[in-house]
Order: sequence, then C-alpha cells, then structure tokens
Amino acid sequence: MANDKEPKVIPIEASAAATPQQTSLYESQPKIYPRSVKGRFATWRWVFVWITQIVFYGLPWMSWNDRQAVVFDLAARKFYLFGLVLWPQDFIYLTGLLIVCALSLFLFTAVAGRLWCGYACPQTVYTELFLWIEKFFEGDRQARIKLDAAPWSLRKLARKGGKQLGWIGLSLWTGYTFVGYFTPIRVLASELAAFSLGPWETFWVLFYGFATYSNAGYLREQICKLMCPYARFQGAMFDKDTLIITYDQVRGEPRRPRARKQEGLAPAGDCVECSLCVQVCPTGIDIRDGLQVGCIGCAACIDVCDTVMDKIGSPRGLIRYSTERAMAERSNSTLSILRRLMRPRVMLYSIILVLLSSALMFSLIWLRKPFKADIIRDRGALARVVERGYVENTYTLRLMNTTEQAQRYHFDVSGLPGLSLTSEADISVPATDSRAVAVRLQVPPDSVPPGSHAIKFHIRAIVPDGQKGAEIEERAAFLMPM
Amino acid sequence: MSDFVSDFWSYYVGIAVILSIVACAWLLWVMSRGKTTPNRPLKEGEDPRLAVGTTGHVWDETLEELNNPLPGWWAGLFIITIVFSLVYLVFYPGLGSFQGQFGWTSVKQYEAEKQATDAAVAPLYAKFASLTTEQLAANPDAMAVGERLFLNNCAQCHGSDARGNKGFPNLTDNDWLYGGTPEKIHETITKGRNGVMPSMAAAVGSADDVTNLANYVLSLSQSGGDPLKANLGREKFVVCAACHGPEGKGNQAVGAPNLTDGIWLYGFGLDKVIAAINGGHNGMMPAQEGKLSAGQINILSAYVWHLSNKAP
Repeated sequence: MANDKEPKVIPIEASAAATPQQTSLYESQPKIYPRSVKGRFATWRWVFVWITQIVFYGLPWMSWNDRQAVVFDLAARKFYLFGLVLWPQDFIYLTGLLIVCALSLFLFTAVAGRLWCGYACPQTVYTELFLWIEKFFEGDRQARIKLDAAPWSLRKLARKGGKQLGWIGLSLWTGYTFVGYFTPIRVLASELAAFSLGPWETFWVLFYGFATYSNAGYLREQICKLMCPYARFQGAMFDKDTLIITYDQVRGEPRRPRARKQEGLAPAGDCVECSLCVQVCPTGIDIRDGLQVGCIGCAACIDVCDTVMDKIGSPRGLIRYSTERAMAERSNSTLSILRRLMRPRVMLYSIILVLLSSALMFSLIWLRKPFKADIIRDRGALARVVERGYVENTYTLRLMNTTEQAQRYHFDVSGLPGLSLTSEADISVPATDSRAVAVRLQVPPDSVPPGSHAIKFHIRAIVPDGQKGAEIEERAAFLMPM
Repeated sequence: MSDFVSDFWSYYVGIAVILSIVACAWLLWVMSRGKTTPNRPLKEGEDPRLAVGTTGHVWDETLEELNNPLPGWWAGLFIITIVFSLVYLVFYPGLGSFQGQFGWTSVKQYEAEKQATDAAVAPLYAKFASLTTEQLAANPDAMAVGERLFLNNCAQCHGSDARGNKGFPNLTDNDWLYGGTPEKIHETITKGRNGVMPSMAAAVGSADDVTNLANYVLSLSQSGGDPLKANLGREKFVVCAACHGPEGKGNQAVGAPNLTDGIWLYGFGLDKVIAAINGGHNGMMPAQEGKLSAGQINILSAYVWHLSNKAP
C-alpha cells in the first residue's frame, strides 16, 4: 500500500479557514447503522455465534453425577467441571489456562490478525445477535435511518418497542444464564418462579443483563475502539506477513461509478464507489483508507464487495484477506502467503502453545492427586516427654478429599529410628470435604540428638484390592529437646 | 474514636480530601476544551471528524498530537466519580474525624457480620441444644463439630491432640484441676480459670528448707527424691496444705493440683518443684464467653468431657 501512493500527510501549516479554534475535546459519536451482509465470512461468523452461544446458554443445564456439570460454588470454594472438582489450591490450573488462552490469541493474531475480534469475541457475537433482532423489527440500514428520522408514530413505537422487548429479553436471559454458573441454574429457576431470588443473585442477573444490553445494543463499536485493551495490543502484534483485510488500491483506483467507466472517459479502477463496504462496517470505517485501528477484522466488507464484483463481472477480491508483503509485491498467490506462515514467531508461539497445553493436560489428568494433605506442627510447644521418657511431637494433619465419594486414608511416617505413630493411622473424609485430625509421633528417649529432624508422612488413599490408591508424601519436622 | 493526636490533623486531612476532589473537577473542566486545528478547511456542513485536527502539540519535530475526541459519556463517567465521592463523604468517614451520616465503623461492620454468621449457624447448634453431655458425646456429628471448635479455639495451648503442654493441662487423662464433671468443664470454658500459686519461699524458710520440701513433694507420688531430705521437709508442708490439702491431694475448689498422682503440669523433677516453690505459678485459662456462642461452648464442653470419658 505504502509504496503505491504518497503517504498521507497532515499539513502542519494552517490555511486561512483552518485556524486554531477553541473546541470541546469530547464529542458525541455518530450512530452507526451497519447494513446486514451475507457471504462466506458472515456465515463463518454465524457458525461461531451458534457454537459459542449453544455452549454458553446450554452448559449450565447439563447434569453430571446428579449435579450441575459445570458450576462454580464460590461460597464453598469448589469448582465443578464435569468429573473434576477443583479447589482454590488448584488455582495454578486457571493460571495455566489463561496463559494458554493468551498464547492462542498471540498465535491467531500473528497468523490472521483480529480473528478473535471478528468472529468469536462476545462483543461481536452479542452485537450480531442484537443487530439481528434490530433488523427483525426495524428493517435493514436504510429503513432504520428513516425510522430514526421519522416523527414518533404508532408504527415507530411498535417497532422500537418490539426491538426493546427482544433486547431486554435476551439480556435478562444472558444475565440469568451467567448467574446459573454460580448458583445451580435449576435452583435459580425455581427461586425465580417463587420470586425468592437472593439480593446478590438479583443484582448480578440485572447487572450482567444491563451490561449485555448496553454493550451490544448501544456502545457496540465504542467498546472496541475506546475501551478494549486487546484491540490495541493485537494491532501491535501484526507484521508484514499477517493476514489482514485489505483493499487492493492498484486494482481499485481511480474509483469511478460504473456508468462513467463504460463511457470510456478514462481508464478506471474496479471500485465503483458504491460505498457498500462503508455501510456494512460495524465500526464505521472506510477500509479503502488502509489498515486502521478501528478494523475489527470481521470481513463484512469482503463479503459485500464480492457480491458487487460478481454483479459487475469483475473478479472477486478487490477487498480481501492478504498480507502487507503480498500487497507490496503484487503477489496474489495464496501459496506464497501460506509459505510465509512458517516464520519464527508463528513457530515459536505454536511450540510454546503445544508444550504448555500438553503440560497442563498431563498435570491435570495424571499428576493431580485426588486428595490433598497439609501437616502443621503444633506451635504451642516444641516437644513433650511422656511415659517412659519417650519424646512426643504433635501435629495437625488436614486432609482434603477432592473426589465426590467418601474416602478412607491410611498414613505412616518415616525418617527417624524408632519413630512411631501413637494416634490413629486411618482417617475417613466425607466427599468433597476436608478434615483435620491431631497426630502424635514418638521416639524412644535419647534415640536421636537434640534439634530439628526432617521426617516424612506417607498418606495413601485406601482403595479396593487390586487397585492402586493415590499416594502423597509430605515433609515435616520432628523436634527433639535438649 | 479518632486516632488523630490533635485537631489539626483532622482538618488537614479533611481539607486535603476536599481540595483533591476540587482539583479533579477543575482538571476535568480544563481538559474538556482546547484549541484544535482542523487539517484543512471544512466544507459546508461537513462532519468535522473527517478533517481530523491536531491539538497543536508537536514533539520531536514531527510528532503531532491528533485530536480524536472521546465520546461525551466518557466525561460523564468522570463526573459520576466526583459526585460519588462527595456523596460518599457525606455518609461515610473520610473527612478527618468526621464520622459520616451512617456512623459506619469497621468494628460495627465486624459485629454485624459476626451476628449474621452466628444467625446463619444457629440452626446447626439448635439441633444439639436439647441433648445432654452424654448424648452429645455419643453423637458423631456433634463430636465432629466439637473437634473443629477445639482445633480452632483450644489447640493453641492444649495441643491439637488435647494432651497439653508444659503449663497447659492434659485434657485426656481424667486428672482435673477444677473438676471433670460436665458442669465444671462448662464453667471452666465459659468463665475461664486463673490458677495462682504464690511464691512460698519466704513462708518455707531457707534454701535448704525449700529443697527438703521439694523432696517431700516428690515423695508424695513416689517420684524419687532423697528420702532423708523428704523426711525433713514433711513438716514444712503445712504451708502448702492450705491449698493442696494435708495429704497433698489437691483441692478442686481453688484449682490446686493433686501432688500425689505423678502428673506434673509444670514439669517433672526436683529443679522444677523447687522453682515452683520459689517462684510460684500463674496458670491462666481465658474465658470463652463472648468469644464463643452458648451453643458452641455446649458442644465444646461435651467434646472435652468425652476425651477422658470415651465409650468403651
């Protein structure tokens, strides 16, 4: 692009009319009326709308082991994910998941720009749904512009009212579903039916609903342009080989309406200046000005331009996915673009992503123990001397059973000659519960020198014969008095 | 309530807070308008955004600040924060020692939360309220609650296995300073105990007298000691008998330990006994009343009782 045309220069010297003037640095944003669009990429977006929303709205209704399959019980600090019960101690997995998500975003962005923004981001998805409702009641772009300009009438009221009802209904359902991830959604349904929703549940249903309503109904592109931090850093992750939505200036310029082109006044480009690419843009930009921060990569302009090119009998792709390098080199070969995919940053992102995801899965499936143990030596005293001069240390053993069945555990100790357990060696812990028990350890008199000695607790889940129970080893210290 | 050492600081903080808010409002006002230069003359009726202006700020020769106006509601959000802060300062403390209309304090909030929690767990304890100590001890649910209460509230001194430490009695050996009936245990937990043994050195006499007496005390429980010295110390035991009884069997009314049973709260051996006679002891069990609810103390008493009265 850059070498085809002079770079845009903003003149510093002010002309007579362009003198400095005192103005407000705030300005109301013009309302954007995106025209609806059909095509390959719009279909892809709807596929993602369906996938993400079926998961979001459907997941809370799934059952698993006679409970909701996915529910985050904040009060009990237990997070149920199908067969898995995560505890706050498993926070590292959330960290891992977030890092994997971030790396995927990096990878997708390096390869094909703002794919996330254009197809799967909730802001895009809900705006798409809200636009669909808007179109259903008020019609497409032109009809909406006309309706907004028209004076209030019964017809306008009915159309606007219908849209509001649709929006509010969807928003409340979204808020209800969101809270359904934290309070079992069926309980929530019966509470709702009985008007006995708790204050916090009510607040969050309304708050999340309101956020959906205002973000997808009114703020729309302002979220992407003014608030979203990802939008900004994604722009910074582009390089010359990143797939971006580009307008082929060489092919398109000079822009001429078709009629004049046929008159053969001058050699004309393929762009017929129908302005459809601007009309369909959800952020209201003109892609023909080149890549800009407002472009969320939704490809609506590609879809609509292709239909125009089909009509005028020109090849598709006046606006298309291409890379800065391909544009500069005037190379239209998909193969050469694909070949540039294998560049170091893409490879590096992919390798780290694969390694990290496998490490995460491996750790979660094979390394994570179905119970946790904590041993705390009593702080009150160093040691006590009991019958026959034996020296005793006391500990609190806390066992957390993260499975959904009651479980018995057996434990023993090692690390010192003659070290023995004088309290019970078997503990049973109810399902997804924890229990602390006092543990006493003894050594014979004078068997070890005074001081602190490292010892080990071996805790084993008792399982039916023939199976291998999980085992945990915990370190502790045994203190010997002078 | 105020932590300020003088009124000056209260005014200082109050004025600083108000000035900060005023400064924010002023900054918001000043920064909402400015001189901009459109990059070309505007056409008739043209949207000024199409001629993106500059603010006139230029750095490094060519780096210009473009004018990309924020939407008006953005300024609205700033105004809301200013209004919020003013309303907040009327109702909550923030201006020096001014308490605010709600009279909020962290102590009151803590008490409200504690009350809410107590009310939430009350049904749990209510179902145990009508049970006797023996019934509670036989109830595994109650004992599980008791175990947790003990670990959270008692184990710091008595050990997590309740076997005590030096100076803190073993609660599992059926040897009681103040009595081991359910009522007495309940009383001990509720009101606390303060077991004082004064220094007896002056009353006993010389250092030799003290050593003799200590040997005698050891002999009471056949815990060794020199029999000859013990014999000499016997007559000195009258000063101890006031509390520990003429036979050294102790007195639960004042918490004087039984000296004949071989259980040594403050450590075993001649040195320890001499130290006790010379220096005395002061055992303190804090009252749990007010800290724990009646229902909790009820279950805790049963738990402690059951430690030395386990069903066979």
